[in-house]
Amino acid sequence: MTTTDAAAPAVPAADDAREPVLSVRDMRVWYGTERGPVRAVDGVSFDVRPGETLGLVGESGCGKSTLGRGVLGLTPPGSAVDGEVLLRGTNLVELTPKELQKRRGPELGLIFQEPMTRLNPLMKISEQFEETLRTHEKGLSKQEIRERSLEALRGMGIPPSRYENYPHEFSGGMRQRIMIALALVLRPAFVVADEPTTALDVLVEAQIIKILADLRKNFDTALVLITHNLGIVAEACDRVAVMYAGHIVEQGDSREVFANPQHPYTKELLRSTISLSTTGLHYIPGSPPDLGNPPEGCRFHPRCPVAMRGCAVVEPPEVRLRSGVRSTCWHQAIEVDPSLADELGTDGREPLAAVKEISVADEA
Amino acid sequence: MSKQSGSLRRYILTRIALAVPMVFILLVLVFVMMRVAPGDPIAASQGGKLSAVELAARRHAAGFDRPLYVQFWEYLKSVGTLNFGTTFSDNLSVRDVIIQRGGATLSLSLGALLVAIVIGVPVGLLAGRFRDRGIDVTGRLFAIVTYAAPAFVLGLLAQLAFGANGLGLLPTSGQSSLLVGLNVPTTTHILILDAAIAGDWSAVGDIAQHLVLPSVTLGLIIVGVFIRMIRVNVIQTLQGDYVEAARARGIKETAVVTRHAFRNALVPVVTVLGLQVAMLLGGSVLTEKTFNWPGIGQALITYINARDYAAVQGIVTVFALVVVVISMLIDFVNALIDPRVRY
Amino acid sequence: MPTKPDTDAATVAMDKRAEDPVEPETLVEIENLEVHFGLRGGLLSRMTGRGAGAVKAVDGVNLTLRKGEVLGLVGESGSGKTTLGRTLLGLNSPTSGAIRYRGEDIAQYGERQLRPLRRKLQMVFQDPHASLNPAMDIRTAVGHPLIIHNLVQDEADYEAKVVDALERVGLTPPERYLTKYPSDLSGGQKQRAVLARAIIAEPELLVADEPISMLDMSVRAKILQLMLDLKRDLDLTYVYVTHDLASAKFFCDNIAIMYLGRIVEYGPTEEVFADPKHPYTKALLAAIPEPDPNKAVPRDLPRGEIPDAARPPLGCSFHPRCPVALAGCGWEARDLRALLERRWLEMPVEEYAKEKALFADLTALGEPEVTRLSIAPGRGHTQEEVLEYLRNLREEGSAAQPREPFWSGVVAMQAEGGHVVLEFEQSRDPRLRLLPETGVQVACHLYDGTGDE
Repeated sequence: MTTTDAAAPAVPAADDAREPVLSVRDMRVWYGTERGPVRAVDGVSFDVRPGETLGLVGESGCGKSTLGRGVLGLTPPGSAVDGEVLLRGTNLVELTPKELQKRRGPELGLIFQEPMTRLNPLMKISEQFEETLRTHEKGLSKQEIRERSLEALRGMGIPPSRYENYPHEFSGGMRQRIMIALALVLRPAFVVADEPTTALDVLVEAQIIKILADLRKNFDTALVLITHNLGIVAEACDRVAVMYAGHIVEQGDSREVFANPQHPYTKELLRSTISLSTTGLHYIPGSPPDLGNPPEGCRFHPRCPVAMRGCAVVEPPEVRLRSGVRSTCWHQAIEVDPSLADELGTDGREPLAAVKEISVADEA
Repeated sequence: MSKQSGSLRRYILTRIALAVPMVFILLVLVFVMMRVAPGDPIAASQGGKLSAVELAARRHAAGFDRPLYVQFWEYLKSVGTLNFGTTFSDNLSVRDVIIQRGGATLSLSLGALLVAIVIGVPVGLLAGRFRDRGIDVTGRLFAIVTYAAPAFVLGLLAQLAFGANGLGLLPTSGQSSLLVGLNVPTTTHILILDAAIAGDWSAVGDIAQHLVLPSVTLGLIIVGVFIRMIRVNVIQTLQGDYVEAARARGIKETAVVTRHAFRNALVPVVTVLGLQVAMLLGGSVLTEKTFNWPGIGQALITYINARDYAAVQGIVTVFALVVVVISMLIDFVNALIDPRVRY
Repeated sequence: MPTKPDTDAATVAMDKRAEDPVEPETLVEIENLEVHFGLRGGLLSRMTGRGAGAVKAVDGVNLTLRKGEVLGLVGESGSGKTTLGRTLLGLNSPTSGAIRYRGEDIAQYGERQLRPLRRKLQMVFQDPHASLNPAMDIRTAVGHPLIIHNLVQDEADYEAKVVDALERVGLTPPERYLTKYPSDLSGGQKQRAVLARAIIAEPELLVADEPISMLDMSVRAKILQLMLDLKRDLDLTYVYVTHDLASAKFFCDNIAIMYLGRIVEYGPTEEVFADPKHPYTKALLAAIPEPDPNKAVPRDLPRGEIPDAARPPLGCSFHPRCPVALAGCGWEARDLRALLERRWLEMPVEEYAKEKALFADLTALGEPEVTRLSIAPGRGHTQEEVLEYLRNLREEGSAAQPREPFWSGVVAMQAEGGHVVLEFEQSRDPRLRLLPETGVQVACHLYDGTGDE
């Protein structure tokens, strides 16, 4: 996939001032299945800078969780990662498992969806902190370990009196705070939070979002927040990347993307979200494609209300718009660079003859 | 800290308190069971040998002509003092029979358990860790074969292979060589311990040799369950959420596997282990028979055939008590290693 | 502030509604419903069957459900919304109270008496994967209620009814689905099959427990639309149980906000959302993340989490988290402990240790329902020091912005026989009462005329 930077000179690269902590280029994650390889993440590129939060959104099965885990080298056996995942210049894809393990914790953190089962039930909270600190910072005294752990816990609102308790003595919200403290006690520069609030109640969810929002300010942590909840992205993320069928179809400043969504998928996704301002129900017909056998051309074209004939044949390039937003759609590509229209062929810009009837049969 | 240990102590105390009604119910069951059999025990064991008058006298002496509640009270007293009277068939003290034979069974059971743990735990852990690889396939096959093979077949095979007619390496009958057994002074009734206490190391060696084949045979029979159960637990915990979380914190793979996966996988095994011990104590009759082991299982069968009521009642009562004690111990161990149990 | 007793206001409203000819008939009426569950206590109580107390999952609920209405039961986990929904259908037996279905009190009905009614009262569960038997094909699963309630004459009749139900829920062409198994269907399709099964026996009332929350967001709107279509076509009445306020706002005519087994606010959805009255409702609404770039994360979230339902707070259950709580809202010893813990989280370890040393035993502060608290000073400290410390806290808290509401509930604080004694204002349970000139009922002392003192 090529990026046509047609409008780039017009846009001052204000947010590019700081070097990215994490720079992902053309990353792919493949799974071997009985039906052949599945490209769960298929050529994804993005940057995350210190103190910045990038929201990663999309329907389930679009590859967002796989992407998050792929960065940390935690994809399941039978999968392969290629491309570049540059953490401050080091390509993580080329590291040995052992080298990667040493970086997980002090440089790369991961926060999970369901906090109830993420702590070892047989170990006290204190033991899980001691294990983590001992592994990565050898030579810390017992007293130092205790102080560091208590400090991290207090930052998350867990009183020191609970340090010697077992996981089952905490509520779901508290366990998620403990998980976050456990990730932050090593002060990683980059953290992936995979649906960190999905299993939690509304008020606790809001508390956790607040904690994550404070994180980037207080620690300068670069955060990738994976969620299906667009509301969370709008409230907690600086930038957003919208994923569809293994691709990032649109990424940019989250205010800009939510205010002026460009890619048809982003528009449809926003319209179909039920929020407090919903007055009528809208939904995207059909379901995301089978990643073992994705459609030709643009992967969204079978469900796209504005698909053109060429969309079903030629894959669209990623273009950078005047707003700084990057979109991977022929409509924006032609807008930015009209000469690209030639690639679509002679009647490539005709509307795709009646997007074929999509019934419930194809529903997700 | 104090809160936790306090609750553990409270757990143990309540657990002991709860064992009391359980023991009572078991004793009632044993008492009733012994009495629903047709005829009375004296007539059953001595009928035809004694005259009617003598039978009645014996019955009176044994107390069988008294009301049931009086008999039950006597029974409870006998349990309280652990004095179960004398056997009808060979006039031995029931308590002595239980202690002597029980000692033999206990050493066989513990030996078998040791074999099962030493083989089962590592094979199970490795099979689960290296799923579908050589060790796993072999381990599973081994587990199925040993699990399916009847005790006497395994025992006979072992005797043929290692006994006098085969390699001639190991003794195949009894607890010890004849003279050795007689010369060891009795203290614990577990022969090998007694020999060790007496400092007679050649006797210890002899007894240990005698112990090998029966223990391995019995151990192999139960090891299949261990292997399969531990394997499944390891596979499950390795896919567990907290294992992935530990990896995500960069915990070393060896620590992830041992501290998080193996340890947690072994928790449910404690329960099975305890149940197996309880089963071994009563259920090793076939192995005892095969190796001519003077255990309590063999004794029980003999006494049942002889309709020796006093002996059977005594032995069954002790079995019941042992099962209660073991299940209590299982609960303690579980509470000790798994904090969630204490609540 | 009106001082009329709440019962009067409520009855007046009821009467007015009953006289109104346009008002549809009442389908279900719930009165003072309580559902208590025995608690899994310690080992001893578990074995002896003597409970270690009870969780009041539903604690005195009154509701009226009219034909054709969509009622939302909204709350967080532990609010009792699911229990209430299940009890409505006789899936839990109530501890006390009445459930009148078309005037017939079914609260104490046994399984046999309930069976004929089950046809009219159906339930849709959260997890479509778990609600379909994986070994049953769709034809068997969807048609099952027809067999249970003996509603078909022959095979052809059965087939026709199943096909009709599948068509209604959009599983078309039905022939394609009849022989499929649940594992062949996607999540949305499964939930459609579950809905087909729910409507096939022509029910009147459907309780839907989080019917869309396990589905992908792109499917949620479709299932919600389907439920609206079914309601219109089949003249259904819905109880929609959810934690998702956004979908409830769109979907429900009336809404009941629940907290720890009680309804705290109940009224027409529009009114409740336009002008939430109860502090809990306000907090919930403020906390929903909205995909609106101009709305920021709220900074003044209620502190803490939902309390343990087995040991609920005194008075109003929400008072420990409420930013505007009053003196009579139920303050007790546990709230002081929570206040100290919050304070100590904010300070350096040494200062925290110093302050903590003033108290001999903090666990004593954790006991529930203590309204006269006697605090023993820590070793090397006197009761005067503790009193001085608490007085300073009170001054700080009262001067703070926003004001710490805890101190309004402390009526007396003095040193007494080596201890410091705190006395709390008598607590009053807020009762649901109709606000004048609205259709909204609220259980909060801010609105019952007792907050003016």
